[in-house]
Amino acid sequence: MGVIQVQEPGLFTTVQDLGREGFGPLGVSASGAADAISLRLGNRLVGNAEGAAGLEMTLLGGTFLFPEGAVIALAGSDFGATLDGKPVELWTAFESRPGQTLRLGPTRSGARCYLCVRGGIAVKLFLGSASTHILSGLGGHDGRALRKGDVLNIGVANVSTRERSLSARALKDLQPRKILRVTPGPQSDWFPESSQRLFFASTYRVAEESNRMGLRLEGVPIPAPAGGRMISEGVALGAVQVPEGGLPIILFVEQQTTGGYPKIANVISGDFHSLGQLRPRDEIRFEQVDWETARALLRKQEELFATD
Amino acid sequence: MRYTFADMVTSAGEGARFQSASDQSLLVTFGQEITLHSHQQVVKLLRLLESETVAGIRNLHPAFCSLLVKFDGLRLRHEEVEAILRRYLERLEEVNLPEPRQVEIPVCYGGEFGPDLAGVCAMHGMTPAQAIELHASAEYLVYFLGFVPGFAYLGELPEALVTPRLAVPRRRVPAGSVGIAGNQTGVYPFATPGGWRLLGRTPLAMFQTDRDGLSLLSIGDRVRFTPISAERFAALEKEWA
Repeated sequence: MGVIQVQEPGLFTTVQDLGREGFGPLGVSASGAADAISLRLGNRLVGNAEGAAGLEMTLLGGTFLFPEGAVIALAGSDFGATLDGKPVELWTAFESRPGQTLRLGPTRSGARCYLCVRGGIAVKLFLGSASTHILSGLGGHDGRALRKGDVLNIGVANVSTRERSLSARALKDLQPRKILRVTPGPQSDWFPESSQRLFFASTYRVAEESNRMGLRLEGVPIPAPAGGRMISEGVALGAVQVPEGGLPIILFVEQQTTGGYPKIANVISGDFHSLGQLRPRDEIRFEQVDWETARALLRKQEELFATD
Repeated sequence: MRYTFADMVTSAGEGARFQSASDQSLLVTFGQEITLHSHQQVVKLLRLLESETVAGIRNLHPAFCSLLVKFDGLRLRHEEVEAILRRYLERLEEVNLPEPRQVEIPVCYGGEFGPDLAGVCAMHGMTPAQAIELHASAEYLVYFLGFVPGFAYLGELPEALVTPRLAVPRRRVPAGSVGIAGNQTGVYPFATPGGWRLLGRTPLAMFQTDRDGLSLLSIGDRVRFTPISAERFAALEKEWA
């Protein structure tokens, strides 16, 4: 079994797969890759199951040595990767010979780049998933972001390894968006029409303190709704909460399972991966779609994966 | 927490409200207020969905008087999930909840473990002994777990102890800290940021990855806090390490 030696961890690199669903009653949110589409595509490129664990790098990538070599693919944003100094391409499987070093730098596009290796990253599963949950320090590699000197095990590859890639056109359809499509939130009707208009007309900036728990937005505050008295309730991934100050927060993969702020909207599932590529200071807008459209967009996205 | 005769005679599932919370989730709400009855409805529906699982339902987020049902949008539509849940709701009366589990949590109050005890006492014009007595005198219901894994929302705090949360949350609250906020109390399972006022700390691990069920507390449990000395805290911490 091969290993990955972490020579530089990068800004914030964690082990992620597609997360753990089903533990909401324990207060455990799903976690998982912030841009699940990229992780799935990266895994396909190296012949893994789509949900195999990979490394999620954030804004600044790390430096990794492969003493026994590995088959690697990078997916998501372009972090200017080089293998022993030679540029390597995104969205293409390549081989590292034993002793070669993969170096990634600062992002040239979105927030996250995924490093997938044939065989996946092997860590002890927590509640059936390899995903790191940072706030509680559970899952992944010791429940934390990688550090210099960490050594990760590479899993055993499938016997019937078959590399699969998507067409350029499919990749284009999966490009992250800056105009996020939303459906109404459970408390949308608490917000008067003027507030709704403001929400959909405004450009918001992603705040520096955004993370895997939530994306905090800066811009024109939305007046507090006069609706009812909010009782904490279960919250969905992508919920757009409006706390007292009026600046929205989008709940993300390491979300709290319950929340006490009114929700004006919810990002559609088909745009979740776009949230994972948003960087601090990126500007975004919201666009309302109906339930049927949201369903159709999710179905269309999955159909792209069904093709080889 | 109000519990009236009117609540008791409401038939199961009646008045349950369904809302599409996102394109892959449906929120079921029982009433507009936190009552023992509405909470029991939540627990019964949760238990029924856990024992008779539905293909395509992926996760459940219970709260005071609602249950968020997350589902696979490629397999199910909101209307289908609602129809399934309505059939489950008709059977809620069949669900026999077991006698609530009684859990005792030892707490060392005040000092470095309870940095807000003095402030809370000052706000309410009571002595630390009175505040501790009040906090440890009540039996609390675990309404649900949320915020982080294993964080139980416990209610209700005796009226005289009801205190707003800190204006500026702490960046790091140590694991095991026992806090109050509004009419609730709870124990931080992990060192996390937090805005609840801290009265003390327990040496108990609230969430362990090697324990069956993982979380010390689960929805519907009854909890009591028992004051212990700093020496006892140290001894228990050593014993349970």
